[in-house]
Amino acid sequence: MWGVSARMNAYEKLLAARSNDRATAKDYIARLFLHFVELHGDRRYGDDPAVITGIGMLGRTPVTVIGIEKGHGTKEKIARNFGSAHPEGYRKALRQMRLAEKFGRPVICFVDTAGAYCGIGAEERGQGQAIAENLTELMGLKVPVISILIGEGGSGGALALAVADEVWMLENAVYSVISPEGCASILWKDSGRAKDAAEHLKITAQDLLSLHVIDRIIPEGLGFSKTCAFLKIQLIRTLNRSRALSTEELLNLRYERFRRIGDHVVYPADST
Amino acid sequence: MIRRGLFKHPKNDLEGEIGHDRTPGPFVPENLCVTCPSCRKLLFRDALADTSDVCPRCGWHFRMSARRRIALISDEGTFREQDADVVSQNPLHFPGYDEKIKRARRTEAGKDEVVCGICRIGGLKCCVFAMEPAFMMGSMGTAVGEKITRLFEHATKAGLPVVGFTVSGGARMQEGILALMQMAKTSGAVRRHSDAGLLYIAVLTNPTTGGVTASFAMEADIILAEPGALVGFAGPRVIEQTIRQKLPQGFQRAEFLLEKGFVDQISNRKTQKQLISRLLEFHVGGERTDERL
Repeated sequence: MWGVSARMNAYEKLLAARSNDRATAKDYIARLFLHFVELHGDRRYGDDPAVITGIGMLGRTPVTVIGIEKGHGTKEKIARNFGSAHPEGYRKALRQMRLAEKFGRPVICFVDTAGAYCGIGAEERGQGQAIAENLTELMGLKVPVISILIGEGGSGGALALAVADEVWMLENAVYSVISPEGCASILWKDSGRAKDAAEHLKITAQDLLSLHVIDRIIPEGLGFSKTCAFLKIQLIRTLNRSRALSTEELLNLRYERFRRIGDHVVYPADST
Repeated sequence: MIRRGLFKHPKNDLEGEIGHDRTPGPFVPENLCVTCPSCRKLLFRDALADTSDVCPRCGWHFRMSARRRIALISDEGTFREQDADVVSQNPLHFPGYDEKIKRARRTEAGKDEVVCGICRIGGLKCCVFAMEPAFMMGSMGTAVGEKITRLFEHATKAGLPVVGFTVSGGARMQEGILALMQMAKTSGAVRRHSDAGLLYIAVLTNPTTGGVTASFAMEADIILAEPGALVGFAGPRVIEQTIRQKLPQGFQRAEFLLEKGFVDQISNRKTQKQLISRLLEFHVGGERTDERL
């Protein structure tokens, strides 16, 4: 089931996750959700093509779908800013989350980004504030949320759509606080040591599962259509389970899920 | 030979750096004086302490340790520290990180990464946190995330407002994804505190960037910023490298954020305590009746 990927090291996985022919959010949305209707705009500033939002049918339930889209081919990649969202992209997602809450629809997020865009406009319009608002919104959103990291999970820009009841990762996806190149150039003044950094940062799905940062690895060794079929069954099952919970239980579980991460850091004051 | 020597000598002199017989400049003991990074004025440390580390000539706000901040903002003798025993370890066994922590602990910061506790400001009880700039540039690892989360949880339980001073280079990369997750964890605690109808005031100080800006710094009900403080998601160098352009003057400074609508007020250190205690006063719970009517 695990195929070649079990033998790939962290850096090879990073390259695989960035590969041009890897399926993007749009491909998954087309396969998983029937009658998908795309909804545009954040109602405040504009429409960010790096983020796709809309409603589709998962089995017999309508769900809100949010995905960061890198695009295929140079022209589309440029139009979608290579999947690096501006604040309006996160606010577009925020609008759909609030609509989902209003109509009791579950939210499913697909994350694939090198990171939130760092440019003048993005800073002027409050990139940090936009991400922060999504984090607090998702922490209290009264409907089930599932996030799937399908390719690259780059830092805060990925986390802004990955605060969920369950966070899943594709077998060859990566998720990191900083790009291994960035880490190597800051720490060792040598971006060529990205390979080392990738290893030490623990960015692979397997590492993150053992750190309890993600809940499930989606195998992708059998090809795209099998991956989607598996994903669909798992999504339906998980949402059925979430439906049995009260809103309060749902929110408590989501809070506890993140609350646990790093709570072991308690050392007696004289330990060093 | 002679001619070559003749032309070479003055060149060396002009470059200045290599001149071996230059008269030494006046001796400035570093523990007595500092130069203002903004207006270059030479200041005595003692005099600076009297003005709460603000340059008397140009108003530049110097970096300030967490404990000094808390001492300045809280009513004298009211601060009770919490969770001082939560300190960083090396959860991913990242190479060189243990030594870095040890080195940081030998600086003026000591064990402080963020100082949390309860105090009174203008007589009003509140929870307070201040991040420590000297400890690995105020970066947020699991220890910082845990302490801030605990503080907000405590404040929610006790029904207290939170006043927080942020200064940070962002998430601490040596703790990898666990550092990133602290953004979600702290945001969850802030959300619960907010849902309980409680007030959170953040004071953004120089510099506040990265994962801290994109989480609890920007989630406050009222956001103040110190004059000239650099506040942003990406640091200016990263942006310059991305867009290959020079950034405009004053970009990402507190005044810029005020203009763009992301902070409520620029808060000078001199009047900061007064402003915060007034804001706390506005939010004191319970019904109030005006006796005059």
